[in-house]
Amino acid sequence: MRRVGIIGASYTKFGERFDVNMQELAWEAFSDAIKEANIEKDAIDYFVLSNMGGWSSESLPAVIVSEGLGINPKGSVRVEAACASGSSAVKLAHDIVASGQANVVLALGIEKMRESPTKTVVEYIGRAGNFMWEFENFGLTFPGYYALYATAYMSKYSVKEEDLCEVAVKNHYYGSFNEKAQFRNKITVEKCMSSPYVAWPLKLYDCSPITDGAAAVLIASEDFIKEHKSETAWISGIGYATGTANLSKRDDFTGLEAAKRAALQAYARAGLDPEKPASQLDLAEVHDCFTIAEVMAYEDLGFAKKGEGIKLVKEKQTYKGGLIPVNLDGGLKAKGHPIGATGESMIAELYHQLLGKVKGERQTDIKKGRALAHNVGGTGHYAYVTVLSLEKGGVA
Amino acid sequence: MSDETEKLEEAAEESKKKLGSPIVTDQKTLSSLWFDQRELNVRYLVSVEKIKKFYEGISAGKVMATKCAKCGEIYFPPQSYCSKCGSDSMDWIELSGTGELLTYTVINVKPQSFSHYPDYVVGIARMPQGVNVLAWIDGDTGKLKVGMKVRLEVKKRDPEGYLTYWIKPE
Repeated sequence: MRRVGIIGASYTKFGERFDVNMQELAWEAFSDAIKEANIEKDAIDYFVLSNMGGWSSESLPAVIVSEGLGINPKGSVRVEAACASGSSAVKLAHDIVASGQANVVLALGIEKMRESPTKTVVEYIGRAGNFMWEFENFGLTFPGYYALYATAYMSKYSVKEEDLCEVAVKNHYYGSFNEKAQFRNKITVEKCMSSPYVAWPLKLYDCSPITDGAAAVLIASEDFIKEHKSETAWISGIGYATGTANLSKRDDFTGLEAAKRAALQAYARAGLDPEKPASQLDLAEVHDCFTIAEVMAYEDLGFAKKGEGIKLVKEKQTYKGGLIPVNLDGGLKAKGHPIGATGESMIAELYHQLLGKVKGERQTDIKKGRALAHNVGGTGHYAYVTVLSLEKGGVA
Repeated sequence: MSDETEKLEEAAEESKKKLGSPIVTDQKTLSSLWFDQRELNVRYLVSVEKIKKFYEGISAGKVMATKCAKCGEIYFPPQSYCSKCGSDSMDWIELSGTGELLTYTVINVKPQSFSHYPDYVVGIARMPQGVNVLAWIDGDTGKLKVGMKVRLEVKKRDPEGYLTYWIKPE
């Protein structure tokens, strides 16, 4: 297997993007990534599009986007791993390059969720579990699924709703410095606490929004990188796992088994000590689709002991300057969560952070040269953990 | 149709009269949007042929699961084959007795197709047979607690008027 690196990445302004159609939105992310990588688009050998869709009008988004980008007749495919679709696209692109079949692959995620009314979008994501046994009769929603985890977690570890709000406060704080974030407002625990319930005990400010957005990552082989002297972050480990479709088939509702497995796999491949991963990383992007999800992520990734995730955020250990800064782009919570593009946007953020290219307040010190993206699809249905490094190494 | 869509349709009709095209303006971003003139209604036909006995059980007031005759693995939702050992010889067993409530939530913001219900409570219960059941919780939902004792019951779901199973606090 060949070494594989990222040579350019970008994400669009996230939010309600009624000003562009799907092709125009994809073009924004793509043209910035190509410019950054300093390559001609002819260099792209293959294209992986991540998109969940249903709420948007196009049934074949990969060909719509490919035509718009002007990269036909290069091969393409659309992948889906719910909210982890983006990371699954990065993994597929990585594997194609690593195998020697291609030198440059584009992974581009896109979602136009706002083409449908809110209740329809809520319905589509609610169906993203087991349709017959969890949606058809019981009308679960995405916040509802995570609320089942929140209730169990809060009961077991005596956590209060105020505690969960601390995660939203942090992510809105960093979102306020990110010009591409959907929400640029700082919030307080009080503001979070006074927001209405979406799925008790989760409130509006515990939840990521419905978002339009696109993100592109250009993935290349070591040979190509050498030849083009590209600014590179290497993919040094990818871990992945799948959880049960039915939430009822799980034993524990205080953590995501698939995410734990994905993390251990990624650490082994990247050569990280699973006993102290936080101390070997400069920063992490974690999947905070809901505040409870970020708290569980800390524990599933081994940044905190079981039941102590809340302590980490309350003690500001996941702010800049703490044990490990998490979601310096505002996270899904404030940056926004365009399902199929979230994974690539996490990778784009880490790429820029590692290379010191993030403007202003959000850039963290890069001392170890390693960063991690934790991207969960559905409610722990899919999990991908990707480790990027400035040094070559690992067996991704 | 949601209120949101109804408003858009009115605006699109207005625009068709004025401009000839169904173009609406998003009030927040002031962007022009084409209001889709084609509506898609979706209703799926899902096979339950191999788990017909589950619905016979429901009809008799029982919640049934399947148990592999070879390795003993229990499945809920019921499954006609064993993913674990590969056998397709399955027995039907009733999920009964006192279970434990593992977790619950209240769905406040509802999907389109559930928007006619008041807020509903969903829970997951661990049954003595060793499998979990996810369902709406019936009865006094104000006093719910993780770990409390619950049982299953079969009751009609209105306004659709079909039988389904519920979790009921004991």
